[in-house]
Amino acid sequence: MVDPTPGTPEPGKKLKLPFALPKINWDEMGKSFQRSQIYKSMFRHGYSTDERDRALTVLTNVFFHLHPIKVRKSGARFGFTWCAGGLSFFVFLTLVVSGILLMFYYRPTVEYAYNDIVALREHVPFGIMRELHRWGAHAMIITVWLHMFRVFMTGSYKPPREFNWVIGVVLLVLTMLLSFTGYLLPWDQLAMWAITVGSNMARATPFLGHEGPGASLLSLGDIQLIHSGSDVRFALLGGRFVGAGALLRFYILHCVAIPTVAVILMAVHFWRIRKDGGISGPL
Amino acid sequence: MIETFKAAVDNFSSPVTIFTSAAALFGLVLAFPRQATNKWVAGTGLLLILGFFGIGLTDANFKKIVTAPDNVPIVAMIFIFGYFTWFALRKAVENDRRIERGEPTVEQTETNEKVLVFPYLIFIEFVVALFYAIGLVLWSLLLKAPLEEPANPTISPNPSKAPWYFLGLQEMLVYFDPWIAGVLLPTLIILGLCAIPYLDKDPKASGFYSFKGRRFAVTTFLFGFWILWILLIVVGTFLRGPNWNFFGPFETWDVHKVVPLLNVNLSEYFWIKGLGWGLPKFWLVRELPGFAVLAAYYTGVPWLLSKTVFKGLPTRMDAVRYSILMILFLTMLALPLKMYLRWAFNLKYLVAIPEFFFNI
Repeated sequence: MVDPTPGTPEPGKKLKLPFALPKINWDEMGKSFQRSQIYKSMFRHGYSTDERDRALTVLTNVFFHLHPIKVRKSGARFGFTWCAGGLSFFVFLTLVVSGILLMFYYRPTVEYAYNDIVALREHVPFGIMRELHRWGAHAMIITVWLHMFRVFMTGSYKPPREFNWVIGVVLLVLTMLLSFTGYLLPWDQLAMWAITVGSNMARATPFLGHEGPGASLLSLGDIQLIHSGSDVRFALLGGRFVGAGALLRFYILHCVAIPTVAVILMAVHFWRIRKDGGISGPL
Repeated sequence: MIETFKAAVDNFSSPVTIFTSAAALFGLVLAFPRQATNKWVAGTGLLLILGFFGIGLTDANFKKIVTAPDNVPIVAMIFIFGYFTWFALRKAVENDRRIERGEPTVEQTETNEKVLVFPYLIFIEFVVALFYAIGLVLWSLLLKAPLEEPANPTISPNPSKAPWYFLGLQEMLVYFDPWIAGVLLPTLIILGLCAIPYLDKDPKASGFYSFKGRRFAVTTFLFGFWILWILLIVVGTFLRGPNWNFFGPFETWDVHKVVPLLNVNLSEYFWIKGLGWGLPKFWLVRELPGFAVLAAYYTGVPWLLSKTVFKGLPTRMDAVRYSILMILFLTMLALPLKMYLRWAFNLKYLVAIPEFFFNI
C-alpha cells in the first residue's frame, strides 16, 4: 500500500510528495475484479476454500479436469506414485516448447544442419535451449522407465488396467524412438555414427532386411526382392547409408509423426486411467 | 594405495565376474529383502558406491567416460533407480509384514479415504514440476550439450556406440547375431512387457507394494530390468572400448588391444571334437545337435518346471498362457545362459547356418 501521509517528517530517504495519493484498497479491488464479467467468464466459481469451489476448480478447468475431483488418499501420496507418470507428461510438455523454439533455428539439410547447431551455440547469448531439449530428452527416458517401474512394483497393471499398461508400453517405445530420431539431428559424428550403429540392426530383420535370415528366400526366379536398396533399413533411412534422406526422414519423424501418435496415445492413456478406476488402490 | 585398488579392480573386472557378482548381489537382496532394505545396510551400500565413484573420479580414464555429457544420465539413473528400488522394496517388506500379521497394508488403511484433487494432488504435481524445472535449468547451465566434428561418413569412430538407452541391445551383439539381439529380442521385450497383465492377472495383489505374494513376478521383472537391461547398458557404455573390447573401469582404452577369438560352434564341438567325424556337408544334418538342444530347452524345461517349481500352474493359468509365459521366460533366460556358455566353453553359435544368415 502506498504511504497515505506524505510530508511526515521522516529522516532521510523517503520522497516527500506535495499532495496525498489516493488510497488504494487492494482488497476491494480484488473482490470487484472477481465480480466482474471478465473474471466470471474465465472462472465460473469463487476462490474460497470450501469443497464446492475446490471441486469446481478441477471440474471447470480443461487442464485440471484430466483428474477426477477426488482421489484415493493412498493414490494421491507421492510415496505411492512417485509422480513419475505426471512428471513424464510435464517433461514432454517442456520438450515440446523447447523443441518448437529449436525448430525456428534449425534446417534439416546436410548443408545447414550442423552449422545451425553451431550458430545456436555460438550466437545465442546464454542460450540453453538445446541443452534443455537434450537433457530433457534423457530425463524423459528415465522418468518413463521409472513410471513403468512403479506401476509394476505396485501391481497396477493387473485387470482392469491391462490395456492401459499396453498403451504405456507403446508410449515407452515411442519415447525411446523420439529420443533416437532426435539424436541424429545435430548431424555431428556422435549423431551420425550412433544412428548408423542403431539402424544397422534393421539390416538383419528376418525376411525384410537384406542380411536377415530368410531374406534370400524372397525372390522371383533370379531376382532378389530384398536387397540393400529395398529392405527395411532403406525404408527407414531413405538411402543405403545415413545421409540427407535419413536426416529429413528422422526430422519429420521426430518433429511431426511420432509426437502426433504419442499425443493421441497419451490422451487415451490418461482417459483410460479414469475409466479403469483411477490411480490403482488395493481391493 | 589408490593405484593398487585400481589395479585390483581392473584385474577383477571382466564380463563374467561383473555379471556374476551383480547377479549374486541381486539374489542376496531378494533373498533377504528385510535385511537388504535396512537403513544401515542400504546406507553402507550407498556410501560404497559413492566412495567408488569418488575414488574413480580421480582417475583420468574413468572420469573421461563417466562425465562424458551423454553418459551423465546413466550415472544419474543408477542412483535414481537404486534409490527407488530400495524404496519400493522397503514398502513391500513393510506391507508383507502387515499381511503376515493379518493387518491391512499401508495403502489399505487409506484407500477408502478420498482427498480433493485441488489442492492436495495438484500441489504435489506443481512442486514436482517446479523441482524438475529448476533441476533441468541447472543441469543445462552446468553441462553443455555435446557437439563433435561435423558428420563424416568416411571416418568412423572406434568404438561407435548407439544412444545409451540402446546400449544394452548393442552389448547383446557380443553374444547373439544382429537378427536376435537387434530385432528378435527387442520385439520380444516389447511383446513380453505387453503380455505381463494377461499372464499375471490376479487383481488381488494390485494397488500396493508387495513382494512375498508375487515373488516370481517381481523377481523376474527386477532381474530383467537391473541385470539384463541396466547392467548391460552400464557395461556397454563404461566398459566397452575400441573394437568393442572389454576394459576395466580404470584401464586405458587401447585401440591395439588384441583379444584372441577362439569361439567354436556347437556343431564343431559335436561332430569334430566329440565324434571325430568331421562336419557333415548338409546344413540340416550338421546343425541337428543345436536344434535338438533348442527343442529340449523350449519343450523339456517347461514340462520339467510344470512338474516341479510350477506344479499345477499350467492348469491354474491355462495351457496357452503357460506356454506363452514359458516362451517369454525361457527366451529371457537364454541371454544369460548364452553368456555363460560363451564364457565357459567359448561357444559361438548353438545353430550356425551362415547360408541363410541364421545363427543362434
